[in-house]
Amino acid sequence: MGDFQIKKKPKSYDVVIVGSGAGGGMASYILAKAGLKVCLLEAGVLFDPKKNVTQFKWPYESPRRGSSTRYRPFGDFDACYGGWEIDGEPYTKAAGTEWDWFRARMMGGRTNHWGRISLRFGPKDFKRKDIDGLGENWPIGYDDIKPFYDRVDKLIGVFGTNEGLENDPDGFFLPPPKPRLHELFIKDASARSGVPVIPGRLSMLTKQINNERGVCVFCGQCNRSCQFYADFTSGSVLVNPAIDTGNIDVIPNAMAREVLTDDSGKATGISYVSKEDMNEYQVSGKVVILAASACESARLMLNSKSKTHPNGLANSSDVVGRYLHDSTGASLGGYLPKLFGRKRYNEDGVGGMHVYSPWWGDNKKLDFPRGYHIEYWGGMGMPGYGFGMGIESQNGDYPVNGKKKEAGGYGASLKEDQRFFYGASVGMGGRGEAIPRRDNYCEIDPNVVDKYGIPVLRFNVKWSDAEIKQAKHMKETFKEIMHNMGAVVTWGGNDGPENNYGLEAPGKIIHEGGTARMGSDPKNSALNKWNQAHDCKNLFVVDGAAFTSQADKNITWTILALSMRASEYIIDELKKQNL
Amino acid sequence: MDRRKYLKIIGVGSVSTSILLDACKLPDKKEETSANTATSVSSADAAAGPARQPEEIEHYKKVISTTFFTTQEMATIAILADIIIPKDEVSGSATDAKVPEFIEFIVKDMPDYQVPMRGGLRWLDRETQLRFQKNFKDCSRDQQIQVVDDIAYPKKAKPSMSQGVSFFSTMRDLTCTGFYTTKMGIDDIGYVGNQPNQWNGVPDDVLKQYGLAYTEKEMKECASYS
Repeated sequence: MGDFQIKKKPKSYDVVIVGSGAGGGMASYILAKAGLKVCLLEAGVLFDPKKNVTQFKWPYESPRRGSSTRYRPFGDFDACYGGWEIDGEPYTKAAGTEWDWFRARMMGGRTNHWGRISLRFGPKDFKRKDIDGLGENWPIGYDDIKPFYDRVDKLIGVFGTNEGLENDPDGFFLPPPKPRLHELFIKDASARSGVPVIPGRLSMLTKQINNERGVCVFCGQCNRSCQFYADFTSGSVLVNPAIDTGNIDVIPNAMAREVLTDDSGKATGISYVSKEDMNEYQVSGKVVILAASACESARLMLNSKSKTHPNGLANSSDVVGRYLHDSTGASLGGYLPKLFGRKRYNEDGVGGMHVYSPWWGDNKKLDFPRGYHIEYWGGMGMPGYGFGMGIESQNGDYPVNGKKKEAGGYGASLKEDQRFFYGASVGMGGRGEAIPRRDNYCEIDPNVVDKYGIPVLRFNVKWSDAEIKQAKHMKETFKEIMHNMGAVVTWGGNDGPENNYGLEAPGKIIHEGGTARMGSDPKNSALNKWNQAHDCKNLFVVDGAAFTSQADKNITWTILALSMRASEYIIDELKKQNL
Repeated sequence: MDRRKYLKIIGVGSVSTSILLDACKLPDKKEETSANTATSVSSADAAAGPARQPEEIEHYKKVISTTFFTTQEMATIAILADIIIPKDEVSGSATDAKVPEFIEFIVKDMPDYQVPMRGGLRWLDRETQLRFQKNFKDCSRDQQIQVVDDIAYPKKAKPSMSQGVSFFSTMRDLTCTGFYTTKMGIDDIGYVGNQPNQWNGVPDDVLKQYGLAYTEKEMKECASYS
């Protein structure tokens, strides 16, 4: 490495955006389309699902048959570069606390492998404090965001149905795919327990919506990213059209170090390390937008200390990094004996559930606040690493083609068993709302830097009783649904208080938010209702950090709607010369 | 494919439609391959998997740069694999599907398998030495099956065989997963997806078999393709 030096990029932009995921992608799209000059910094490499193709690959095209590595924690064909551990980019945890942090390092960020579950928050989700006295209300209500949800639906495309549910609002939906066989059994079994099942709401195109994107080919592989652009990824759907305007420069492999400010405390740009030459660069803009992911954006703010912002940028409230929370998650699964020996046909469908259960409970009758939705899976999936393992837990319990067998075995008889049991698996998982708490936070570790010399995050998060009880309720509900169906639970059924009823560690569901929350009071919030920093009017944060709370709805659709709303506010304010 | 290339092909004269179509496809494919990886695509790079990052290719090269199992161990693995998945009227055997090669790779990629597999093979040889004064691979078929029968059924196996049972279960897991993730195994199990198609719901005869039907609401609202 040569001498340390800082190079200034000569070009000055209207807006500098950090991060190309859902929030940064939407900001890029809106701002570049409006004619603003934009610089988009991405910490990872460029990626285009048309060129970097893992879709339609067979298990044998991976030497490990699709199993995961530290580089691809969700399997060898998953499109996402990054993971729970990234070489040279550590993070730490305070003793006795938990946090698993999944980071993407690529164009489009984590939108490349997500489940595409695209749920609007409902009216109650913005005003939870009014309902249960916990947490904080958002400074906006459903009516403020509804027009943007509507536009996101139409711009990006989402299938689903209008059900007229109070807290799961209607939208502009493409037709959903019909339920698969196991989903029909689930529908019936859940109904018997009073759990509603409705068509899924996922951002995949079951119909053509424009000439740039294709229609779903029902390969069930959205997590590999779609070469036909028939599912939503930020790169293919938002950043590519932004690039076509000629108004945006995309700088990949740019690891942001800090937000630069002037003496008055206004943001002037971003300082970053190029992973290509390890030099330091500065890029300047009239407005800075952070969309680096909830925790990375908080890290950037906390690392941007100055005379005007001694506690980190826009952090006079001391809330930056605080109120960090993830969705709760617990799951179980097994198999459905009535599907043994089933007829073969292609039921790949879309890359996710065709039906799901929105939250149905009444908290007045429950011992925990908030709720969860249920996601379902099962059926005749493509074999991958792990397929055919553990046959001894099945083939002794059920007669195979009418013949009672001893568990285990080998030979032609074992091959018969594998054929018989294939396609009978079924499972379900809950995704619930945690209470954001001041004492769940990430902060700058005073002792540790990453390989670029940037101080890293130290996490300090614990689940509370509210989340644990939610997981307990999930498990009870799932067992009842499995029982109603006549299914056998083979995993996740024996969890108890000793392991928080199978509640996943915080961070594991990868829905983190809350670290620079919105609010009307600058004393206890970092951003105002336009995703704009109270303390720094030309700084905006448009990722999950802005979330005052996150409902039991996967947060991407709301990130997109809020980023669209904030971007149009920026355009207006720039016109008025207010920024 | 761009228009210029298209015209050039037309200029050649009489070409069949299929050649034309192939020609339209080929350049795209080439582009994909070169864009897939940052470094040049050598055969090792390609074997590392599709659309790999440089560090993944490095990892793969490191994994394959060593050999774990000895020739003797590999011979035993091959025999066991074919006892577990033999050729039958539907498909070939584990060795036909190159399962031993997969096992050699996966124990290096997932090192936690190494001690149980090496130790288990050793357990097996000691067992056949005690019974027949030979290593497993040199035993007769009948002798091999005698030992396998003692360790292949976890619930009825004698407690004194428990370590052998654990090993055989691991070996059965790796053999099955190695086999059913090959083309031969996928054809055997009857998975028919992983190709562009249109989902119109569960086939009618299957609905009928289970006494199910889509609701009117579903028929009206859901996507259907013709």
